[in-house]
This record gives sequence, C-alpha cells and structure tokens, in this order.
Amino acid sequence: MRKINTRDVLEAVKKMSISSNINLCEDVMNSFKENKEKEESDIGRHILDTLIENAEIAKENIMPICQDTGMAVVFLEVGQEVLFEGQSITDAINEGVRQGYKEGYLRKSVVDDPLLRNNTKDNTPAIIYYDIVKGDRVKITFAPKGFGSENMSRIKMLKPSDGVKGVEDFVIETVSNAGANPCPPIVVGVGIGGTMDKAAYMSKKALLREIGNHNDLDHIKDMEERLLKKINDLGIGPQGLGGRTTALSVNIETFATHIAGLPVAVNINCHASRHEEIIL
Amino acid sequence: MKKNIKLIRTPLDDKIVSDLKAGDIVHISGTIYTARDMAHKRLIECIKKGEEIPFDLEGSVIYYVGPSPNKPGKVIGSAGPTTSYRMDDMTIPLLERGLKGMIGKGYRKDEVIKGIKDNNCVYFAATGGAGAIISSCIKESEVILYEDLGAEAVRKLTVENFPLVVVIDSKGNNLYDIERKKYERK
Repeated sequence: MRKINTRDVLEAVKKMSISSNINLCEDVMNSFKENKEKEESDIGRHILDTLIENAEIAKENIMPICQDTGMAVVFLEVGQEVLFEGQSITDAINEGVRQGYKEGYLRKSVVDDPLLRNNTKDNTPAIIYYDIVKGDRVKITFAPKGFGSENMSRIKMLKPSDGVKGVEDFVIETVSNAGANPCPPIVVGVGIGGTMDKAAYMSKKALLREIGNHNDLDHIKDMEERLLKKINDLGIGPQGLGGRTTALSVNIETFATHIAGLPVAVNINCHASRHEEIIL
Repeated sequence: MKKNIKLIRTPLDDKIVSDLKAGDIVHISGTIYTARDMAHKRLIECIKKGEEIPFDLEGSVIYYVGPSPNKPGKVIGSAGPTTSYRMDDMTIPLLERGLKGMIGKGYRKDEVIKGIKDNNCVYFAATGGAGAIISSCIKESEVILYEDLGAEAVRKLTVENFPLVVVIDSKGNNLYDIERKKYERK
C-alpha cells in the first residue's frame, strides 16, 4: 500500500482551482489561432482576437479569464493500492475548493439549496466523481464549469431504431438552439449509451479531452468529425455573431447499453474551456 | 475590424438610442448599473409593491454581470457579461420605467424585442467570457443595493470605452439572426 495524506489532495485542489481559472489551456488557445485563419466573418475574427487578448491579459494580471469561475467539478482516479490518511477525502477536496476560491479572489457561485438559493459563500460543495483504478497513484482533474454553457446542455432517451441519425440530429438541435448563449466557440461533449446518468457523466468527462484528439473507435471518430462540420455549418460563429467557428471540437464517449435504449447526453462548454490535472 | 467605433455616454436619450443600428461597434462611457437574476427579482418585487426603484432608471443602462471579487487595490475582478435570457421575464417593467440600454450576451425573447421597439431602447452584447479585458474598462465600482447578494448585488460602475456590439436596435433588427443567416450552409 502507498500512503497518501489527504492534505496533499487539499493542496492540489487549492492550487488547481486558482490556476485553471486564470490560465487558458494551451490546446484551446492554439485552436483559437488556427480557427482565426479560417474564419470568414469579420466580426468572428474580431471576437477570436478579443478572446486571445483576454486570455493573455488574464495570465499577465493573474485574473480569472471569465468572471464565472464555475462550480468546481473534480474527477478522481484512485489507485486501489492507495491508503488515504488524514481527514476524509471528500472534506479535503471541499476544503481545497474553499481555500482556493478565497485566496484566488474567484467568484463564489454556489447556492446551498436549489430552491431556497442562499449562497454558501465559499463555492462548496464541489461535484466529485471517484473512480477506482489499478496502481498506487491518484490522478486529480479539476474542471471549473460555468453555467452559461451548462444551462444549454441536454439529455434525451432515444429509441434504438433512432440510430446514428437520431443521435446526430439531437446533438445538432441542441447546439443550434443554444446558439449564442453558451459563449461560442464551444466544445461539445457527447455521451452515448449506458444509463441516463452514465450518458450525462460521459458527456461531461468528454469535455476534458484535448482538442484535436479523437475517440479511438473509428466509427465514433468519424461521427466526431461529421458533427463538427455540421455544427460549423450552422453559421452561429464566435459569440453567435455569425461565422464558421461555432465549435472547436466534438468529443464523444460511449458505453454499452440496454437492448431497449439509446441514451444521449450533450454537455456544452464555453470557449473558456478550463481543466487541469495533477498526479500524486 | 475596419468599422467605425461610435462613442456614447450615459445617460442615453432617445436620439442616441435611435441612431444606433444593429451591427454598430460602440464604446460606452459613464455610469452603468449592474443587476442580474436575484437583483432583478427584487426590483420587480419593488414594482409590484408599488415602491420606487431605488436608483434612477431614466436613461440608464443595466449590465448583466456578476463580477469576481476584486483583489486589494483593484476596482473589480473579472467582469464579463452573463447570459441575458434569464432576465427576459423581468425586463419589460424596467423598460417601461426609463431603462434605455441593456448589456449582456445571447438571445432575447420576442416579447423583449417588442419591448425594446415599443420603448425605444437598445440591447448591446459584450464579449462573453472576456472578463479580464472588460475589467480594465471599469474605473470605479460601488455596491449600492442588496449587498447580501454578493456577486449579484447592484453596483454603480463608472466605465470608460467599454466595447460593445449593438445586437438589437430600437427598430427591432436582430444581429444574431442577420449574421447567422449569412454564414449558414444547408
């Protein structure tokens, strides 16, 4: 067994909550630049320039890229040979979020009850997913999720006979309806299969994949490319002000499902697609 | 972009508003107020109770924003627009009471577009997520109402050359529709 003190988990979460909100991922920045060369719309190019400049200013001034510093979503892959010492792992993660959001001057956007809506004032609780894997390491991925884009996400239980066309139509319809609202250019995460909740989880996890990397399965990779083209043909463009760059990437994850069902979830991320990971 | 930038100052009068066209790039300076979901809810409650709105709406501009906290010595944190449609059901009573401009991002309901036409108002989009750039245009910030709402409190901001695009003008022209159609491939 390898012993890991949960204090180290707390520190990792704290550090990533600050840095992920300030530093735009390199793959996203590169994608802005590549798309700018191809963008046909004047306003579209102007917006992409603004986003590039914004990311540079945020880094230089140590300031969040976007004021919506999100709800903290944390994915943990825990090696089965790890023994945690110290406080409870969930408490350590939440304490990391609490300290990071305070010290980093990040916006506290979480309310304690979805109907009573009192701000918890420290951005906790985090949404945490635990996965037990082989080995003696712990991988922590921190992904703050803004709700401008989260609110445009959808899930649908299709019939098996709806097939590929049904899935693609649902993804396109979701992105088309979202239009300008989720701050395009967006990253589109899609989960296909499993159960309702599994599809939603996969669609969120798909957002973590680096732009330019495709699914290993050939028929899914083809679908990713086809959907990206169709989405960019919608004409929505950067900030919805028209153009070719509506999405930077479509990332699909799949899982086995039941003979009677075809769950599909679409999770949209804004252009400020933020995530970071640390391996302990 | 080669487009001319129109410089405008708050408060907005009918002439300034009428002259703005969908697609114009505008830099706005002067006083603007922040208000988003919960602040709108409280303002509408005021109106329902027959009370006065606690700040001067005549010719005013409301910015839909919930900024991140300021660091010591800084006026404000990151301050990009939030999605406007969440305020749609609470907008028309404010337009009827003198609100002339709204700053946000994303689509508005048909009813709001009608309200914008009927009351000679304008809807501007700021660049969503560009919170760091916008922050540098904000010179003063003061919480004037609902401090308990934190990021959602009403702030009086002094801005200089805040960059905006006119999305819905006082004739009801909607830039989102116009531009999207131009680039749509069927």
